[in-house]
Amino acid sequence: MRIKEHPLLEFKKGNKVNFQFDGQTLQGFEGEPIAAALHAAGVRVLSRSKIHQRPRGFWCAIGNCASCNMRVNGVPNVRTCTEPLREGMVVETQQGKGELNV
Amino acid sequence: MLSRSGVPTKKQIESVKPSKERLAKGAVAIVECFQEIPCDPCHTACNSGCILPFADINDLPQMDFDKCNGCGVCISACPGLAIFVVDESYSEEEALVMIPWEFTPVPEEGAVVRGLNREGEAVAPATVKKVRSSPQKNGAYIISLVVPKELAFEVRSIG
Amino acid sequence: MYRAEVLVIGSGPAGLMAALQAADRGAKVALVERDAHLGGQLLKQTHMFFGSKEHYAAERGFKIAENLDAAVKDHPGIEVFEDTTALGYYEDGVVPLERGKKILPAAYDALIMATGAQENTLLFPNCDLPGIYGAGAVQTLMNVHGVVPGNRVAMVGAGNIGVIVSYQLLQAGVAVPAIIEAMPDIGAYHVHASKVRRMGVPIYTSHTVVSAFGSEQLEKIVFAEIDEKMNPLPGSEQELDVDVLCLAVGLAPLTEILFQAGCQMAYVPELGGHVPLRSDTFETSVPGIFVAGDAGAIEEASAAMVEGKIAGMAAAAGLGYGKEQYEKDLANAREELAKLRNGPAGAITRRGLEKLPHPGEVSG
Repeated sequence: MRIKEHPLLEFKKGNKVNFQFDGQTLQGFEGEPIAAALHAAGVRVLSRSKIHQRPRGFWCAIGNCASCNMRVNGVPNVRTCTEPLREGMVVETQQGKGELNV
Repeated sequence: MLSRSGVPTKKQIESVKPSKERLAKGAVAIVECFQEIPCDPCHTACNSGCILPFADINDLPQMDFDKCNGCGVCISACPGLAIFVVDESYSEEEALVMIPWEFTPVPEEGAVVRGLNREGEAVAPATVKKVRSSPQKNGAYIISLVVPKELAFEVRSIG
Repeated sequence: MYRAEVLVIGSGPAGLMAALQAADRGAKVALVERDAHLGGQLLKQTHMFFGSKEHYAAERGFKIAENLDAAVKDHPGIEVFEDTTALGYYEDGVVPLERGKKILPAAYDALIMATGAQENTLLFPNCDLPGIYGAGAVQTLMNVHGVVPGNRVAMVGAGNIGVIVSYQLLQAGVAVPAIIEAMPDIGAYHVHASKVRRMGVPIYTSHTVVSAFGSEQLEKIVFAEIDEKMNPLPGSEQELDVDVLCLAVGLAPLTEILFQAGCQMAYVPELGGHVPLRSDTFETSVPGIFVAGDAGAIEEASAAMVEGKIAGMAAAAGLGYGKEQYEKDLANAREELAKLRNGPAGAITRRGLEKLPHPGEVSG
């Protein structure tokens, strides 16, 4: 959910863009972190752990911990808490540690 | 105890009150600051020198109640939002209390809202007499509330 | 190979002040920041800062960030690298900088590490559920990106960060049904606690989270009172429906590059964990490598600014810049730092610093 009215802060956002998340089309703002756009759209489960498939979301939101790793445009282990959203991005829940298909 | 509950004790509040005579004369600033932390902008905020110069940055603020006219400029300069203005001369039964406010919605003048005490409990209806932007233009508001006089040292927020 | 005279890594309060000091004295400074914007933790702070005029007291954190950002970008002696990560430290002292998909090796005469800190976490059943976030994370999401983390947030930790973020959650229109603190006393400045108490937020001291629950995301927590040994008291458990649990349980300095560079380190819990040994001018055991702010010891913004100032002027002086003014300016800055730290609020930091030897006082 996005903050509509804040007593002290103004949120300057880029253009509205469409992106894909696990086959769905979602909207966000260009340049904001992918994880923020997902959060605003109600998506908080970003990956699943390798062995027990436990749902994982973000933790530090600053690029330190790798909890938010997702597959973005085919590239695994993208830190979605800092990676800026772009039009047409394909974002997928990462299963386990992520594999690079070269 | 303040360090356990986050709420000043009655004794602490008494320690920052001016005399009954001074309270009856008109608006005056009440600085509810009880912990020695490195902080002193309240002193520079007051244009009339009512908050005395600090010998050490960790000192608690000291008031000159006689100089103070309760203008409230210090309310929105205190980083801890710990300063309030109380005017017990407002009327026979009522007092005016000025509080800092950094939330939306900002109440409308004339509205009747719930007056909350330091524990966030509703203790009385409060009428919003005046709403002004902080003199420092920092986004905070100063709200003047009309409350029952016996609650002048209880009402510190609205909800 | 990129060359700077003074390379500052991190643009929080310490890094910004270090860069400005060194550049004011004539050094050619490079300021490197991995985030898209300068300011570090300042960017997320909506409250008015404490301290005194020199520390921008009564200015809101994000405004201080704006002002320092402008000062740094206007300064002809500072080259700013945003979206640029310092990746490590090579044996010859070169620091590779990653920007976009390119690596720029950087050489320098003095290095100032102002990388700040990372959040600690807490272990309890289901502590990995989505919805359990660090307090700094919630601040970033909310105050930088304008997205609320959820609807009902329980906060763990009543230090300054826990209480400030609770207040910021209220400002964003989010309910905070509880602040849970393991210690018997509130660690935050009491005025911060009073601000949230009068908005109806309860603070449970001597309590801890026992467990979290939820199938795909956090739905509920159980918290309980604890004894002096931190064991939950049976019968004191309370359930709370929340969709966010925010952990504000302390910070640890970000010191990887200091370790890589071979700086002598020590483990001092009062300072946040592993910290580099440093001289009175914030030089580590490796000549030419300085540290300032939370990267050297967890404290707070005003202290970080003054430490950055000292590191900046010392780094510049080491290169021959600003030497005439140096002694006097250094003495003033050190006095400023001492004043900030000398009250009761600085007791834990002072204790930690007393435990920390100077570089060279320990062998190996």
